[in-house]
Amino acid sequence: MACLLEAPLRISVLSEVTATSRHYVDRLFDPDPQKVLQGVIDMKNAVIGNNKQKANLIVLGAVPRLLYLLQQGSSSSELRAECAVVLGSLAMGTENNIKSLVDCHIIPALLQGLLCPDLIFIEACLRCLRTVFISPVTPVQLLYTDPTVIPHLMSLLSRSQRTQEYITQIFSHCCKTPEHQTVLFNHGAIQNIAPLLISPSYKVRMQALKCFSVLAYENTQVSMTLVNVLVDEELLSQVFVRMMQRDQPIDMQLTAAKCLTYMCRAGAIRTDDSCIVLKTLPCLVRMCSKERLLEERVEGAETLAYLMEPDVELQRIASVTDHLVAMLADYFKYPSSVSAITDIKRLDHDLKHAHELRQAAFKLYASLGSNDEDIRKKITETENMMDRIVSGLSESSVKVRLAAVRCLHSLSRSVQQLRTSFHDHAVWKPLMKLLQNAPDEVLVMASSTLCNLLLEFSPSKEPILESGVIELLCSLTQSDSPALRVNGIWALMNMAFQADQKVKGEIVRALGTEQLFRLLSDPDSNVLMKTLGLLRNLLSTRPPVPVLLKLLHSLLVELIDQMEHSAAVPSSWHIDQVMSSHGKQIMQAVTLILEGEHSIEVKEQTLCILANIADGNTAKELIMTNDDILQKIKYYMAHSNVKLQLAATFCISNLIWNEEDGEANAMTGSQERQDKLRELGFVDILHKLTQASDPNLCDRAKTAMQQYLA
Amino acid sequence: MQSKGNNYSKSDLHSFLGNHHSRNAVIQNQLSQGKEGGICCEDRPNIYCHGKNHKDAASVRATHPIPAACGIYYFEVKIVSKGRDGYMGIGLSAQGVNMNRLPGWDKHSYGYHGDDGHSFCSSGTGQPYGPTFTTGDVIGCCVNLINNTCFYTKNGISLGVAFTDLPPNLYPTVGLQTPGEIVDANFGQQPFVFDIEDYMSEWRAKIHGMIARFPIGERLGEWQAVLQNMVSTYLVHHGYCATATAFARATETLIQEDQTSIKNRQRIQKLVLAGRVGEAIEATQQLYPGLLEHNSNLLFMLKCRQFVEMVNGTDSEVRCFSVRSPKSQDSYPGSPSLSPRHGATNPHLHSAGADSPTCSNGVTPPNKNKSHNKYPGVSSASSSSSSSPSSVNYSESNSTDSTKSQPHSGTSNQETRCVASDSEMEIEAEHYTNGVAENSSTRIMNGTYKHQEILQAEDGSLGNGVAEDSCASRQLCGGNQAATERMIQFGRELQGLNEQLCREYGKNATHKKMLQDAFSLLAYSDPWNCPVGQQLDPMQRENICSALNSAILESQNLPKQPPLMLAVGQATECVQLMARVRSGSCSFARVDSFLH
Repeated sequence: MACLLEAPLRISVLSEVTATSRHYVDRLFDPDPQKVLQGVIDMKNAVIGNNKQKANLIVLGAVPRLLYLLQQGSSSSELRAECAVVLGSLAMGTENNIKSLVDCHIIPALLQGLLCPDLIFIEACLRCLRTVFISPVTPVQLLYTDPTVIPHLMSLLSRSQRTQEYITQIFSHCCKTPEHQTVLFNHGAIQNIAPLLISPSYKVRMQALKCFSVLAYENTQVSMTLVNVLVDEELLSQVFVRMMQRDQPIDMQLTAAKCLTYMCRAGAIRTDDSCIVLKTLPCLVRMCSKERLLEERVEGAETLAYLMEPDVELQRIASVTDHLVAMLADYFKYPSSVSAITDIKRLDHDLKHAHELRQAAFKLYASLGSNDEDIRKKITETENMMDRIVSGLSESSVKVRLAAVRCLHSLSRSVQQLRTSFHDHAVWKPLMKLLQNAPDEVLVMASSTLCNLLLEFSPSKEPILESGVIELLCSLTQSDSPALRVNGIWALMNMAFQADQKVKGEIVRALGTEQLFRLLSDPDSNVLMKTLGLLRNLLSTRPPVPVLLKLLHSLLVELIDQMEHSAAVPSSWHIDQVMSSHGKQIMQAVTLILEGEHSIEVKEQTLCILANIADGNTAKELIMTNDDILQKIKYYMAHSNVKLQLAATFCISNLIWNEEDGEANAMTGSQERQDKLRELGFVDILHKLTQASDPNLCDRAKTAMQQYLA
Repeated sequence: MQSKGNNYSKSDLHSFLGNHHSRNAVIQNQLSQGKEGGICCEDRPNIYCHGKNHKDAASVRATHPIPAACGIYYFEVKIVSKGRDGYMGIGLSAQGVNMNRLPGWDKHSYGYHGDDGHSFCSSGTGQPYGPTFTTGDVIGCCVNLINNTCFYTKNGISLGVAFTDLPPNLYPTVGLQTPGEIVDANFGQQPFVFDIEDYMSEWRAKIHGMIARFPIGERLGEWQAVLQNMVSTYLVHHGYCATATAFARATETLIQEDQTSIKNRQRIQKLVLAGRVGEAIEATQQLYPGLLEHNSNLLFMLKCRQFVEMVNGTDSEVRCFSVRSPKSQDSYPGSPSLSPRHGATNPHLHSAGADSPTCSNGVTPPNKNKSHNKYPGVSSASSSSSSSPSSVNYSESNSTDSTKSQPHSGTSNQETRCVASDSEMEIEAEHYTNGVAENSSTRIMNGTYKHQEILQAEDGSLGNGVAEDSCASRQLCGGNQAATERMIQFGRELQGLNEQLCREYGKNATHKKMLQDAFSLLAYSDPWNCPVGQQLDPMQRENICSALNSAILESQNLPKQPPLMLAVGQATECVQLMARVRSGSCSFARVDSFLH
C-alpha cells in the first residue's frame, strides 16, 4: 500500500487544493470496501463536467489509488467498474489530464482489465482507453507494445455494440503507419470489422468505416483484400457506395468516399470504375460545395486531389463537375468581410480554417491542372487566380506555401501559361524569394517550377537570369537531397540551352570544375544525365566559342586529373603529355563514359557532346586521331537503339563535313578525314543506314553520304 | 395512420416520368408537322434534322409543361449523331416561344448547346457553362422546382447549376440545326445514366430536416403545453381513460370531460368494435337519451350494422342462441383498432399490410379466425397502425391491469421495436405474437398494448375468459336456427325503419344502398366469401364506431374530433394546397413520413 504513505505527503505540499477534493481522495483509503465504493461513486458524480475538480483530484493522487483498486483482484467487480468510469471521466478533461493518466501507466492497467470476464467493466475500461487514445498527446505505440492486446481486442468486438464502437474508434486513431496497418490486418481486422458496417448503431457503422479508411490508406494489401470482402452478400465497395448516398450524414458520405479513394489509389479499383467516376468523385466534389462545413470542405478537396492525381480522365471529369474550378475560388474568401463585422466567434472559426482552406484549394488546383492544357487555362482564368498563387507563395504557413508552389508547378507545365499569365504576374519574383529560405520540400517544388520558367521560350527567363539565379542553382547542386541536385542542374541545363556566350561562361565559372566533376560521378543517374545535358548545351554553340572551349578543356583536365588519382580508373588508361592537348582528355572522358555501365540516355548525351566537339575544326583532329573513339562511334552506329545510332551518325556527319568557307588545308583536311573514314568502313555503314526504317536516321545518313559525293 | 394526402411520392414521380413515355410519340407528331426542310421525323423514336444554317434551326417540345408539384423533374437526351456541325440545344421553353430557334435564344427559353458548351439564358449570347457534347454523349436536364433552378448532366456527371429563377410551366425542349443531327429523348422509359434517385433523396432529406428543425423560438413553453393538451385530448377522445388520467397527472393538465363520461363512451365503443351493436344501441339510448332519436341517420347506420353483425353471429341478439363462444368469432386479428383513421377514407385494404410494416391491418391470413386463442383479451386485441401520439401512453397504460395476461409458453422471443418501459410491456408484446407472428412483421408490436389493456379492463363486462374451439367453419348467425329467425325478423324491422325514414325525410340513396348491401349477404351460401362479404369484415365497424363516438361528444358539447386529428388533417390539406399553388417542395413534404 505504497499509495497510502504517498498521498498525505503530497497533500501537505499542495495546500491550495480544496478540502472537498481531499475528502474524496481520503475516502478511497477507507478500510470498509463498501465505503470505498460509495466514495468512488460520489467522486464520479463530483467530477462529471468539472475540469477543475478533475485536475484537483489528479494532483491529489487519486489516479494511482483508483488504478490500484481497479487492478486489485479482491475488489468487487462493481468497484472496479466504477473506478474505470471515474478514470474515463478524468480523461475527458484537458490534455494535461491525459498526460498525467498516461504517466501513471493507466494504459497497461486498463488493457489488463480487458481480460476480466465482466462486460460492464470491460466497457468502462474500453471507454476510458478510447478517450485516452484519441488524444493527440498519447503515444499510439502503447497499443502495440504488448502483442497480445490486438488479438484480444479483436475477440472483444463480438461482445456488445459499445465494445464495437470503442475498439474501432481506438483502431482508427492508432493506425498511423504501414506497420500498424499490417499488424491490424494480420490479426483479421477486415473480417472482424466488416460486419460492423451494417450494424444497427450509427456510431458503430461510422467508426468501422473510419477504421477501413485508415487501414486502406496507401496500403495495397489491405485494399486488394477489401474489394473482395462480402458484407451480408454484398460487395464492400457497394456498401461504401450506399454510404455515400446523398441522404446519408455528411460525415459518413465523406469517410466512405475516402475509403473508395484509397482503394482506388492502391490499385484495387480501376479509375474508370463507375463507383469512382459516378459516385466517389461527384461525392467528393459535393463535399467542396459552399453548403458544407469548412472542415468538410478541406477534407473533401484534399481527398479529391489525391484521388485524381494520377489520372487525367478523372481530372477532366472533375473539372466539369458542378463548376468545381469556380467553386474552389470561394475557398480564398475566408475570413469573409461579413464575418469580421457580424460575429466574432465566426471570425475566429474562419481564421482558424482559412489556411487549411487555401492550401486544400491549391492542392486541388495542382491536381486538376497537372496534365490537361484546357484545365490549366480554365484555372488561370478563374478570378484573381494568379494573384492568389503569388500571395500564397509568400504566406507565413509552410503548408500554404508548399501547396501554392505545387499549384504553380502544375500550371507551369503549360507553354501558353508560361508565355502569358506567368509573365504578366511576374511569378518568378516570389518564387525566387521562396527559394532563398525554405524547407526542402518547398525547395524541391519551387526549383522544379523554376526549371520550367527557365525554358528558352519563357519570357521570365531573362529577368530570372538577371536576379542572380545562377549562384542559387549552383548551391542547389550541392544539396544532400538528390531531388534538389537534379532540379538545380536541370535548371542550369535549361538555362544553357541556346544561351549566349556570357551566360554559358557564367555557368561554368559559378559551378566550378570540381562541382561539375562531382556531378558527373553522382550516384543518382538523373543528376548525371542532366549534367551531361548541361555539357551538351554548353558546347552546342555555333560557331564554337573558343573561350568556352578553353574553359571546358580546363574543366576536363581537372576532371581527368582527378580520375587518374581515383581508384576507379582502369590501369590501361594512360595519359601522355597531359598539358599538350586538352581535347585528348575530353576524348578519354568520353571513352570512359561510353565504356562504362551507363544508361542509354547517358550514352546518348555523351555521343551528342562528341558530335558537338566534332563540329569544331581543331577538335575534329582529336577524334580522327583517336581510333578508340572512332571504333566506339562505329559500334554505336550499328547499335540496336535508334537514339544512339542517330547520335553516332551525327558525329560522323560532322566529321566528314565539307566546310564551304574553309581554307585550302581545311579542304584537304576534310578529304583526308573522308578517306580515313572510308577505310574504316563507315561508308558501308552509312549505306546501310540510308535504308533504315527510322526516317530521321535515314535522312541523316543520306545527308552524310551527300558529303562524300560533293 | 394512413393518409392519401400526397400524390407525389417517390413512386409517383416515377409514374410522372413514365407518363412522358407517351410524349416521345407526341414529339414526333410535332416534328412531322414541322417546317419544311427543318426537322423531320423518321420512323424511329428519335429526332432527325436536315437543316443547313441557323435559319433552319427548329425545336421540339413536350406537349405538357413540367408540373410544379413533382418537385424534381428530369429527362435525358442521347446524341445519336452530331450530324454535320452538332449545333444542338437541350433545354426548356415556355409556351409560345418560337419553335424555329434553338432553346435559349429567345425570351423564356433556356438551353445548353453542344457545339460550344455554353448555356443560353433567354439570350443570343451564351455563357461558358460546361463541356461541349457530341455523338454518343447523354445529356440530362434536371429542373428543381423547389428552388427553381436547373442543372445539366453529361454522361451521368452533374455539371452544376445552369439557370436560376426559372419561371413556372416550362416544357422540355430539344433543338437541332444542321443536317444529320439525331437525338433520342428519355423521359424515364429507360433507366437514366445520372442517378436522379440519389439527388431526389438528398432533397427529400433536406426538406424533412427543414420541417423537423422548424424553429419554435420563444413559444417553447407554450409549445409544450399545446403538445400535452393535444395528447391528452386525443386520449380522452378515444376513451383511453386510465392512460389519460395518468398522463394528466404526470403533466399536471386538466381533463375537461369527467371520468364516467369517458368510461361510458369507452364502453359503447368497445361494444361496437366487438360487433355487439345491439347492446351498443341500448347502452347509448340509456346513457344518452335522445341522442339517437335526434340522429336518425346514425341510428339507421347502427341498425344496419347490427343486422350485418347478426349475419356474422356476433350481435348479442343472435349470440344468446349460440352454443359456440362468440368470442372466438369475435377475434379478428388484423382488425380495427381503436386508433382512428383520419379522413373518411376507407380503412385499410387487405393488401396494404404486406407493404407497409407500420400498418399491420390486413396481414391476417384467411384462416385466422380458426386460430386457437387462449387469451380472450389478446384474441380480440388488434394489431393496429398506431399513431405516434398515442404511443406516449405505453409507460402509463401497463399500470392498470396488463399483468393479467401471462406469457405464452411457446412464444418465440421476438424482438420488439418499440421501447417498452418495463419488462411487463415486453411480456405483452411477446404474448401478442401468438396471434399474428407468422406473417406480420415485428413492428406490429408498436401500439398494440393499449388495446389489450383496454379490452382487458373491460373483461368483466365483455364476457368470459373461456376460449372454446372455434375451428368449425363460419355459419350464418352462428349456425343457430332460432338466431336466424331472429335475424330475419330484425331485417323486417330494419326495412320498416327505412320506410319510416323515407316517409319522414324523403328518399335517401345512401340508406337504400346500405340496406341493399346488408340484405344481399343473405343471398349467398357463404356470406364471408361473396362480393358483398367485405361488410362482414370487423374493420368495417370502425367507421360507425367513430361516428357514434363523435355524435356522443357533440351532444356533450365537446369537439367531435380531437385537435390532434384536426392538426394532421390541416397539415395534409396544407400539402395539397402547396401542390395547387405550385410549390415544388410539396412533393417531398409528406405528412405520412412524420406519422411513424
